[in-house]
Amino acid sequence: MLLKESKGYKVILSWFHSKGIHPFDFQEETWMHIIFMRSGLVNAPTGCGKTFSVFLGALIDFINENPENYKSKSRNHLRLLWITPLRALAKDVGRAMREVIEDLGMQWQVGIRNGDTEMNERQKQKRQMPEVLIITPESLHLLLAQKNYPEVFKYLRILAVDEWHELLGSKRGVQVELAISRIVHLVDITPTTDDFTENRQLSLWGISATIGNLEQAQEVLVSPILDKIKDPPVIVKAKLDKRIEIESVFPDEIEKYPWAGHLGIKLVHKVIPIIENSRTTLIFINTRGMSERWYQEILNVAPELAGAVALHHGSIDMELRLWVEESLHSGKLKAVVCTSSLDLGVDFRPVETVIQVGSPKGVARFLQRAGRSGHQPGELSKIYFLPTHSLELVEAAALKSAMKDNFIESREPMLLCFDVLIQYLGTLAIGEGFFPDIIFKEISSTYCFREIKKEEWQEILHFITEGGEALQQYDEYKKVETINGLYKITGRRIAMRHRIHIGTIVSDAMMKVKFLSGGYVGVIEEYFISRLNPGDTFTLAGRNLEFLMIKEMTAIVKKSNAKKSIVPSWTGGRMPLSSNLGYMLRKKFNEVHHLLGNRKVENADIELLKLKPLFELQESLSHVPRENELLIEQIETSDGFHLFVYPFEGRLVHEAMAALLAFRISRILPISFSFAMNDYGFELLSDQPIPLDDSNVYEIFSDEGLTADIQRSINSAEMARRKFRDVAVIGGLIFQGYPGEYKKTKHLQSSAGLLFNVFSEYDPGNLLLRQAYHEVMEQEMEEARLRNMLERISKSKIILSFPEKLTPFCFPIKVDSMREDLSSEKLEDRVKKMQQQLVRDTDKKRIK
Amino acid sequence: MQTPVSHKILNQQFWLTTDRTMFWEEEKALIVSDLHFGKTGHFRKSGIAIPATVCKEDLQRLVVQIQYFQPRELIIVGDMFHSHANKELELFLKWRSDLSDIKIKLVRGNHDILEEGWYKNAGIQLSPQTLSMHQFHFVHDISDHLGRKEKTERNKEVSYCFSGHIHPGIRIQGSGKQSLCFPCFYFGKKYAVLPAFSRFTGVAMIYPEAEEEVFVIVNQELIQLQ
Repeated sequence: MLLKESKGYKVILSWFHSKGIHPFDFQEETWMHIIFMRSGLVNAPTGCGKTFSVFLGALIDFINENPENYKSKSRNHLRLLWITPLRALAKDVGRAMREVIEDLGMQWQVGIRNGDTEMNERQKQKRQMPEVLIITPESLHLLLAQKNYPEVFKYLRILAVDEWHELLGSKRGVQVELAISRIVHLVDITPTTDDFTENRQLSLWGISATIGNLEQAQEVLVSPILDKIKDPPVIVKAKLDKRIEIESVFPDEIEKYPWAGHLGIKLVHKVIPIIENSRTTLIFINTRGMSERWYQEILNVAPELAGAVALHHGSIDMELRLWVEESLHSGKLKAVVCTSSLDLGVDFRPVETVIQVGSPKGVARFLQRAGRSGHQPGELSKIYFLPTHSLELVEAAALKSAMKDNFIESREPMLLCFDVLIQYLGTLAIGEGFFPDIIFKEISSTYCFREIKKEEWQEILHFITEGGEALQQYDEYKKVETINGLYKITGRRIAMRHRIHIGTIVSDAMMKVKFLSGGYVGVIEEYFISRLNPGDTFTLAGRNLEFLMIKEMTAIVKKSNAKKSIVPSWTGGRMPLSSNLGYMLRKKFNEVHHLLGNRKVENADIELLKLKPLFELQESLSHVPRENELLIEQIETSDGFHLFVYPFEGRLVHEAMAALLAFRISRILPISFSFAMNDYGFELLSDQPIPLDDSNVYEIFSDEGLTADIQRSINSAEMARRKFRDVAVIGGLIFQGYPGEYKKTKHLQSSAGLLFNVFSEYDPGNLLLRQAYHEVMEQEMEEARLRNMLERISKSKIILSFPEKLTPFCFPIKVDSMREDLSSEKLEDRVKKMQQQLVRDTDKKRIK
Repeated sequence: MQTPVSHKILNQQFWLTTDRTMFWEEEKALIVSDLHFGKTGHFRKSGIAIPATVCKEDLQRLVVQIQYFQPRELIIVGDMFHSHANKELELFLKWRSDLSDIKIKLVRGNHDILEEGWYKNAGIQLSPQTLSMHQFHFVHDISDHLGRKEKTERNKEVSYCFSGHIHPGIRIQGSGKQSLCFPCFYFGKKYAVLPAFSRFTGVAMIYPEAEEEVFVIVNQELIQLQ
């Protein structure tokens, strides 16, 4: 059957024409693959009809199957399962789908199922599944925890995963992989009507923005279905050129001693005209704390914008966030200050301009944010880059080059996440129960677990049934039981706890913030509240609040008129610089040398030209490292002996590298260090001279014995302990309590740190413990990246420099390390003093 | 085991060990706090797979202490048992019957929620709030005790109080911003807080004043910090 001759295509095409538009090539291409029951990946940016590529394909398929009565046929079971990472997206996508269905006069229902879905809606879905179900990964797993869940998927034709690039590389992506491996076996593939003599086949479709490893993204998605499909999976690319223009916002004067955090907000007056001159502006800030400050500051500088500016971040009350999104959609707002909370999905057409404050950390993220503006295909996307310290301007230049070369990061899929597997098995065990042989085959078909060993599987089964090490007759471990070979959870309370757990998003303990008079403000990290005294004021959701008391895991507050308030600093959200952007940065420094040599440079980046005085100072005190050089600065100050290293590999790799270096140096001579790092480099500080010179520097940076050295330096750096928290929560070792029922579970509470100690001492081979170490290697240390870096260093020239005083490169790292000890005001004073001192010294020298 | 460390209070001789126990020489009494027996079992019963060997080893460590000091009695300043009865407590009862000639005195802690008959059965003498011997008082939570004392009496008798409950720990800062955290014994002017005996317990940071004494347990060593 040819697509264009099919009834379904004709119906859809005339719908397009009735709207005065025409389908894109990539949409038609996807429809064709869908009617041939193929699987694959659609690569398209947000806001150009990616939803319609797969969704309309599902409609065409249905119309072709029921050409005579497609309009009247109702109760068609679940045909399209649409997995989305964000609840907010579900509403938007659902609305778009319902509109088409209504226009076509069809009887299809579109259901939404996530944490916000009400009980009666769920019950309705249970009685009769809609034809389209939009669901989050967590809710999908909850569905698999129900009795009779196999019935739900029997008639499923298409399983689509929206924003697959977001899910890939996270544990939620692994949840999706596992759910797919189950669902593909539940679909009844016998033909239903005579017209369709071919066997039915479930199609898997991922929808992804551009990433460096699209092929792999497709492979991960379709891995569980590979042995069932006859046509190889495809990748459909939307060839829609999007023009992006980057413009840097320059400070009036370039600080030669840059430091992070305060330049940004000083430039707020330069942002106001940008806001005024465009219809709607999104201002992306990297942390929630800074976004609160920006919001306040914009209103201080431009009070006339009150009511037209809003704040949007992950700690703000859901309803307020939805209101902001709704208002963005309808063009009611002039500007929104936001964090990565607005990175994804929802289409905000009125947005004309985007401002990125501070480093976007990666090329892909920057492009995604830039794409938030000028949403129509073919329209220009304009993005302003506003640095938080002057050196960051180099990133703007690097981003331009990366964009030109289409040098976009990959998303690495996660492998062997035993915590997620343990949770999944518990999920299956509370629903229908499972037979291990069947499930082992299924999970081995996923990309994540394709390398799982039989022994590891046995160990997992042992863990969930016997609880690992036990005391024979004195043991009462109870979780999963085996009944005639079926693995099942029968305990009602255990099942309930498990269900609550499935949705657990791992984060710091969060506390709700409510007004005394009632009314919900948002959520905030518990540790922040624990430092407050009643009467203190703080800022949340753009409001000044006075802290009154804590009542049952809720912080009670009232409005405050105080002028001064504390802005909470939220942990997390500190993304490291991507390796792609790091690479581009290092390359940019080559160009800096051309400029410093006063050679004529054609098309020199304006950012680099502006920074010339800073680079001149750096070069005169020390050196500006070229692409094939690694700069090391050793400086003595009153604080002690500093060693600064600049690999430009992002803070995580630097943290690992600092630990590794400290370990290797301490083998030469007993010495202790403290570390500090940013995305450009790191610092080791000691109270005694650091024995590093040109006789041993290559050896210390060699990649020989790396794995063993890392493992030894991890223990001291305690990274695994931090990582263990996520793993232990997902693996079901930490129970966070029933909502609103904190007292009853008090005797079941323990901290991740304590569990980590207990397991390390009494069950060191434990699977979850091993996974924590593994994750530290893969993610925290980014071992592969660390190895590549050392390899690169071994081939480059190491420049050891001994500046007399702090340099422009080391200054931001130094300030960051002081930040931890001092309150922000004190810090500001101290930094200013240091800056003045350093500049005065330099001037003095010049006069001499 | 490292040789116990001597510590004198009101002219009585006490010995502190790295195994989180304290021996009172004159009374031949071994003093411990926060044993939390049955905690692993309580977790495991709820499907949380804590290695059960923790409980067994806690009991074994206590045996080693008893063999070493040969005490006449065991004074426990609260939280001997973690929660309701479970099978791990049967293991305790077996342990108890093997060591039946030692007296056990327990000051009830907030976790000791078993029925009174249970303690009687196990040969444990239960004091609901305070146990007093000579000039010494034994309580579970020192803040409750101080609150009570303020209300009732303002006596000038020379006395000293031993308590638990807090699971005291201390953060030691090194040069160059290093910091590590260890369980500790805390001796103030009027009272002491003992470290939790069970290995399945965390610590809560304390911030001692200059004239107070702190002994930190660093692996197999006891170090007097101040």
